[in-house]
Amino acid sequence: MKVVVEGNHAAALAAKLCKVQVVPAYPITPSTHFPEKISEYVANGELKAEFILAESEHSALSACIGASAAGARTCTCTSSQGLALMHELLFIASGMRLPIIMPVGNRALSSPINIWCDHQDSISERDSGWLQFYCESNQEVLDFTIMAFKIAEDANVLLPAMLGLDAFVLTHTSEVVEAPEQSEVDKFLPPYKPLFTLDPKSPKTFGSFCTPEYYMEFKKKTDEAMHRTSEVIDKVFAEFKAMFGREYKKVKSYCCEDAEIIILTLGTMSGTARMAVSKLRAKGEKVGCASLTVYRPFPSKELIEVARTAKVLAVVDRNISLGFAGAVFEDVCSCFVNHSKKPLVLNYILGLGGRDVLIKDFELIVESAKKALETNKFKIPEWIGLREELI
Amino acid sequence: MNEELFLPGHRACAGCGETIAVRQILSVAGENTIAVVPTGCLEVVSTSYPETAWKIPLIHVAFENAAAVASGIDCALKALGKRKGINVLAFAGDGGTFDIGLQALSGMLERGHNVKYICLDNEAYMNTGIQRSSATPYAASTTTSPLGKYSIGESRKKKPIGAICIAHDIPYVATATIAYHLDLKKKIKKALEIDGPCFMHILVPCPTGWRFPSELTIELSRLAVETGVFPLWECEGSDMSNLKITKKVAHRKPVKEYLQLQGRFAHVMRNEKLLAEIQKEVDEKCAKYGL
Ligand SMILES: Cc1ncc(C[n+]2csc(CCOP(=O)(O)OP(=O)(O)O)c2C)c(N)n1
Ligand code: SF4
Repeated sequence: MKVVVEGNHAAALAAKLCKVQVVPAYPITPSTHFPEKISEYVANGELKAEFILAESEHSALSACIGASAAGARTCTCTSSQGLALMHELLFIASGMRLPIIMPVGNRALSSPINIWCDHQDSISERDSGWLQFYCESNQEVLDFTIMAFKIAEDANVLLPAMLGLDAFVLTHTSEVVEAPEQSEVDKFLPPYKPLFTLDPKSPKTFGSFCTPEYYMEFKKKTDEAMHRTSEVIDKVFAEFKAMFGREYKKVKSYCCEDAEIIILTLGTMSGTARMAVSKLRAKGEKVGCASLTVYRPFPSKELIEVARTAKVLAVVDRNISLGFAGAVFEDVCSCFVNHSKKPLVLNYILGLGGRDVLIKDFELIVESAKKALETNKFKIPEWIGLREELI
Repeated sequence: MNEELFLPGHRACAGCGETIAVRQILSVAGENTIAVVPTGCLEVVSTSYPETAWKIPLIHVAFENAAAVASGIDCALKALGKRKGINVLAFAGDGGTFDIGLQALSGMLERGHNVKYICLDNEAYMNTGIQRSSATPYAASTTTSPLGKYSIGESRKKKPIGAICIAHDIPYVATATIAYHLDLKKKIKKALEIDGPCFMHILVPCPTGWRFPSELTIELSRLAVETGVFPLWECEGSDMSNLKITKKVAHRKPVKEYLQLQGRFAHVMRNEKLLAEIQKEVDEKCAKYGL
């Protein structure tokens, strides 16, 4: 069935189709429409779930942890300061191996306070043991939310997952989305059956105090689960395609087969980058665009494969690890560091705090990448779209 | 007596009031109970991996969020159709309740979750080495309110946590201490029979933090009541006028008898003015409660 929905509502609709049982949440722009929609579903009896309007994001995620440990399918959503307030608990949710799902309306962090899009909030949590997916359209928001439950709840995974939705570009923009039937989702996603719960019939201690004798092994096992997730994602992508017909890849590639310069992107800037690539291809330039839909676990193998012909990988970051460079750039560098045939990896920072991302920005990036290739001179990182008069 | 649900072998100091309180409470709550314990002494001494002292399911998440975690459990049990017959208890220290946990506690009480929140008040942050909390009594010396040339120890009075909880208009708020275990158990039983949030403020002497010999735990918890320092009461409904004293003290003992046994008040014994000030404060409180 075709529906017209904004990104927040696509996530809420997916959560409803996945029959979530407990949704604790706290509103923050641009994610606010998510708890609003969920509360509407519950108020109208369309979703049989417990909705908790918590008194803070910290408590919202705490309640998710309690609910998930007690055996309920659980999700919440947040953005920016809200995600930062959850920071402490993100590690606890993954450490306890609880498959909580959380759409994140990607928004800049204070200060200065800014409600618009960049990826600093979720990227800053890349090491928290949550799977991370980045969406490009509301269709992807819906599909990835459904797949995220299936991936996260897989017995080989048991990790929480966040989905990146670019603030306003996705969260507040309506698009036509193909919504699956309830019966199909029921077939795709079986009820959540946790291995261990807070059950008085079989008492267990969750969240023990752990001395140096044991702590490392817990982290190692969680890391192993992260790595195993890579295969589970492939399996779930294949099952999703078989059932719903839509095909997904961890690294989307556009014109990369023979590309010498590949632009690497996340989220909605990918579409703009592809338009720039089309324009440049029409002029005969060998450029391509690769975009990551999965950021954790990092799809190293797939990226190396997609970038096999690249002389330059121009990594475009909508975040900045202050004092160094973009976070995705660091990941890409690490993934190629021991590879025999590595491209020149460059880094471009753009679109922070909702600054427009334009086709000409990517043309500029390609120009800069070409020059770097010719002269072997470059700056890491390079900021794109700055208003020089303000600096 | 019910089966022990808090088992021996944990690592609490000898004479720890917290663990005595937990045993008393679990003997009433029974095995169909889920415990939420925030970071603090109780969690650290009783859940050291791969061992656990708990024969009931327990979850520890962080320091400030026991009430929020318990809210999630309450809702999950409801959503799963398992709510009936299971007690959800939060056991939090005074730090995790009066200070860092107050917001989550307030949210949980206001939303009306069926959670029994039990504050085990040992009047300081003991797990991290006896730092003051807003439950630390006036003049007590702690590692962050030390006695000094210009300091008498803690300079503020204890935060009125019971009144704060009563103001949330919840069905039941009560105080208790381990020396009066029948009173404590009666109150726990009452709270468990209520479908809604309840708050129990339990005084638990801490030999390490209060600096007294470990065999005096029960004695001190009795003296706290007999001197009027910690009146035992319960309150059903939203206003302080419903407050009922559950342990009348015929002849209130001087507060000195309570203070002199504790190293944290040693300097008060050498300072008559300060002692008189503390006595006056206790007298005023008792007059207010009609003790
Ligand atoms: C966010 C956060 N801040 C600080 C701490 C350090 N910390 C752990 S336990 C604790 C004090 C606990 O005191 P209380 O709640 O009174 O319990 P007690 O140990 O006295 O039983 C502190 C400060 C922490 N774990 N988390
Ligand atoms: S320090 Fe106090 S509260 Fe902590 S275990 Fe020892 S006696 Fe108990």
